[in-house]
Amino acid sequence: MRSLSLRPAGFDELGLRRALADRALPFLVAAMALLAALALAGWDGAASLARHWEQGAGEELTVQVPQPGEPAAEGGGSRVERVLALLRGSPGIASADALSGQQLSALLAPWLGAGADRVAVPLPAVIAVRLTQSEIDTSPLAARLDAAAPGTLTESHDVWIRRLARLSRSLQACAGMALLLVAGVAAAVIAVATRAGLSARREAIEIVHGLGATDGYIAARFAGRATILATAGGIAGALVALPVLLALALLAAPFAGPGLPPTTPAQVLATLPAALWLALPGLPAAAAAIGFATAQATVRWWLRRLP
Amino acid sequence: MVRFDRAGLSYGSGNGQSGPEVLHDLSFTLPDGAFRWLLGASGAGKTSVLRLMYLDVRPTRGRVLVLDTDIGAAARTALPRLRRRIGVVFQDFRLLAHLSAFDNVALPLRIAGRPEGQIRADVTEMLRWVGLGRKYTARPPELSGGEQQRVAIARSVIARPSLLLADEPTGNLDDAQAQRLMQLFKELNRLGTSVVVATHNDALVAQHPAPALRLEGGRLVRQE
Repeated sequence: MRSLSLRPAGFDELGLRRALADRALPFLVAAMALLAALALAGWDGAASLARHWEQGAGEELTVQVPQPGEPAAEGGGSRVERVLALLRGSPGIASADALSGQQLSALLAPWLGAGADRVAVPLPAVIAVRLTQSEIDTSPLAARLDAAAPGTLTESHDVWIRRLARLSRSLQACAGMALLLVAGVAAAVIAVATRAGLSARREAIEIVHGLGATDGYIAARFAGRATILATAGGIAGALVALPVLLALALLAAPFAGPGLPPTTPAQVLATLPAALWLALPGLPAAAAAIGFATAQATVRWWLRRLP
Repeated sequence: MVRFDRAGLSYGSGNGQSGPEVLHDLSFTLPDGAFRWLLGASGAGKTSVLRLMYLDVRPTRGRVLVLDTDIGAAARTALPRLRRRIGVVFQDFRLLAHLSAFDNVALPLRIAGRPEGQIRADVTEMLRWVGLGRKYTARPPELSGGEQQRVAIARSVIARPSLLLADEPTGNLDDAQAQRLMQLFKELNRLGTSVVVATHNDALVAQHPAPALRLEGGRLVRQE
């Protein structure tokens, strides 16, 4: 004879198995979980882009010299040599270095693959310039470089970098708000389903309440069921989100930095940032927490109408 | 134990105002272990008196004490504990149709958190006593009116309540079963449970004389 006070398995005195939508609720929570995963990915992506651009990129210049080996228009030496000399002699320039052939291949590798160094099109020389500060007006410098080697392109990143960084931060905020909104909708869905369950099982609840069941007893029945259904939905949503996120990460891989595109399964899985790998099991956990808290609050509020 | 002190009850009429008073100026005291018949014509207020006693409503006037608690002043969270000490046999049974007879009778014990092993023993014995030992897996829709009433009675007494209230408990029972029920009530009463039985069954009242509360038009007209 058992002496432990255990509720018999399957004892459903409130008849909730028929009341709390067994399919609709998990499905809706799964959809919310998928949206949350996308919002998280957007948030993480925008954050890392913003970080990348904010980190001193405003102090960089890129100077492209087409036909680098041709003689310069003024001064001596080849076009690229002349431009380098001008740059190194100008005030406000911290350093100026031409990228080697290998470095150029690495830059182009995400788009062109391993054969970037054997491209038939003649590539310009690319000079990476670091400024001493980011607010320098570079137009007089650009004019002098163009005079020395016509066709030289001086791209100041400054204005654009700042705009892009601001855009990224805005996108990040939008993603954050989307995440909050999704959580709110999930809670609303669970509240509506719980209320429907309460109305459907009103008679049984009144009888059990009349027999001396506390609000906590009744709320625990509903919250237990809602938590299970919400967790199931969260797991389903996370499973669907994984391939979607991987596909998005692969699309974004060229923009993440130099290096070859991923080919092996291990490399493909590694394109997803660690933060998102951690977030995926967080989705069912968050769904469970929202389900539990919402159901408890909804039931206890509803029970106040009973004596 | 139970005391009504110039108690009055009126139900809200829906637009926020209180409706007509269904109980006026009731005053009586039931000591521990009392047995009372609750008599009166239909509409006299017997059900309302019982509703006050099983904490389904609070008095709109005066004071009502049940099991030494002023139910008008008590916090809502204090009431479930009291309700677990009160057994009620409803006129319409109020069984849970999707649960078996066994689970219906076991419900008060499970709500109170008793160990499952003890529940099994007590409920089996109780069902056997009311004559439903072979039907404990049946659901209320599968039982006759008399059988359902016996399940309701079993549920009301299983937790050995301090106060037992019965609203027309013999309506669907034959004479023999009604006598057995009175035996049960008297035994419980002897063991210390206060019992209040509302009934129209004059023959039963005549066979088992006991002090009575007689209601007429919401007022107490006689108490013995």
